[in-house]
Amino acid sequence: MKHESADRLSRGESPIHRLSPGLKTGAVLAFILAVTLIPFRAGAAFAAAGALLAGAIAAGRVPASYLLKRALLLEPVIVAVAGMALFQPGGAAIFAAMAVKSTLCVTSVLVLSATTPAAGVLAFFRRLGVPSILTSMAALTVRYVHVLGDELRRMRRARRSRTFRRGKARAWRSASAAAGHLFVRSTDRAERIYRAMSARGWR
Amino acid sequence: MHIPDGFLDAKTIAVASVLSAAGIARALRNVRRTLTPRKVPLMGLASAFLFVAQMINFPVIGGTSGHLLGAVLAAILLGPDEAVLVMTVVLAVQAFLFADGGVLALGANLFNMAIVAPLAGYAVYRLAARPARTEAGRLAAVALAAWSSTVLAAAACAGELSLAGAVAWPLAFPAMTVLHMAVGLGEAIITVLVLAAAVKARPDLLPGFAARGREDGPRPIKDVLIYGGLVVAGAAVFVLPFASKLPDGLEAVALRLGFASRAAARPVVSAPLADYRVPGVGSLPLAAALAALLGAGLVFSLAFLIARRRLARVRGAERAAARKTESG
Repeated sequence: MKHESADRLSRGESPIHRLSPGLKTGAVLAFILAVTLIPFRAGAAFAAAGALLAGAIAAGRVPASYLLKRALLLEPVIVAVAGMALFQPGGAAIFAAMAVKSTLCVTSVLVLSATTPAAGVLAFFRRLGVPSILTSMAALTVRYVHVLGDELRRMRRARRSRTFRRGKARAWRSASAAAGHLFVRSTDRAERIYRAMSARGWR
Repeated sequence: MHIPDGFLDAKTIAVASVLSAAGIARALRNVRRTLTPRKVPLMGLASAFLFVAQMINFPVIGGTSGHLLGAVLAAILLGPDEAVLVMTVVLAVQAFLFADGGVLALGANLFNMAIVAPLAGYAVYRLAARPARTEAGRLAAVALAAWSSTVLAAAACAGELSLAGAVAWPLAFPAMTVLHMAVGLGEAIITVLVLAAAVKARPDLLPGFAARGREDGPRPIKDVLIYGGLVVAGAAVFVLPFASKLPDGLEAVALRLGFASRAAARPVVSAPLADYRVPGVGSLPLAAALAALLGAGLVFSLAFLIARRRLARVRGAERAAARKTESG
């Protein structure tokens, strides 16, 4: 599954991995704030931010192939939004600045998630005072998103291997029926998880 | 619709974050009042489910593809307060762990997709489902709500991009709303189909849906005022400064409602690009707004007709099967 690599990378070993999750999350937030505030035409500032990020990537031993693959997935959105700026006076400069800014920010978050386990980031937010309902929900989301994703894939594969009918309308309906059943299965799973958590002394 | 970092400026992020925080705080308060320990894993799994459901892609005109937002789906399956929290968690996890949507822009993305989409969508659903006496009518209300949630969130997104000076309003508004009128069709179809499948598999999960339109009683007036106020405040800050600059129709409405003087007297919220005249696109926003109104009517009527025909066929098949077992 394509998300597994961030999870695995985050348990790696490097000077950046050893830093505390709170420090890294704070640093990434500060970096993004700084990049957001760079004026559109300050080329030197963009270069400095890029150099800083490159240093972090090297020190954190984040594989370039991983960054490239994830960034390429997100880049179309950036280009599409920034692309709207091309149709207005002075658009080219705005387009270029926004595309560079977004790419720097996206890469910094990718470096964070590749060097920091999700649990560490969540613990940082809990210490910051984010309500425990939200952090618990986020922890469960991170834990089960792959499980549910695989479940959906299994259901669709089972369906495909048993039916021969084709056609768009049918494909939509079977995909949606699978999603509907996935919701039902999720509520059942939530009930089992609740019992397991209670049995282990939760609340 | 996930706005990446680097597109919004400080004031837009600040305003959107304050509005989102207020909405999330209210939702937390409401959910805590009825919170049982059992509900925490349910909402966590619902977030994971929505995360996965958002990966279902569907083609939209012109080679682009859209994906499910799921705000109305969550609001109907779990309730509007729960939907706000679930969408919040989904967006936050996407921003911090998958770099999908900006980290600083999270406040704006939360406002569009965790406040406007579920709350305005749910309001549309309740209003449209109230007069509905048949299941077809209620499914049409779901379709309209899902479609509206997508279009309204896109309009808010366009307003934020314009306010930040990233894209001029006469471009951003028509581009975003027209694209999401198409994306919204996919949202409406999938929301209705997922809901129908879930209700069919486990009617006990949504006891009210198949039987009545109103699964719970009327919302407390305070909730309606607070949630409604937040959405209206967002519209006033993100959309009105631009809309009130349009000629005739909307200007007149703004004047009559007394917004125009206030909007004009607040230079803080006017975008640097709003005054640029983009040749040939001056009347586009008005056309897009009219198209959105027309589209809403069309989506509702179409969904109603399709749902009625399908339900009639399903009922017919069920009756035929029942007769067969009786006679045989």
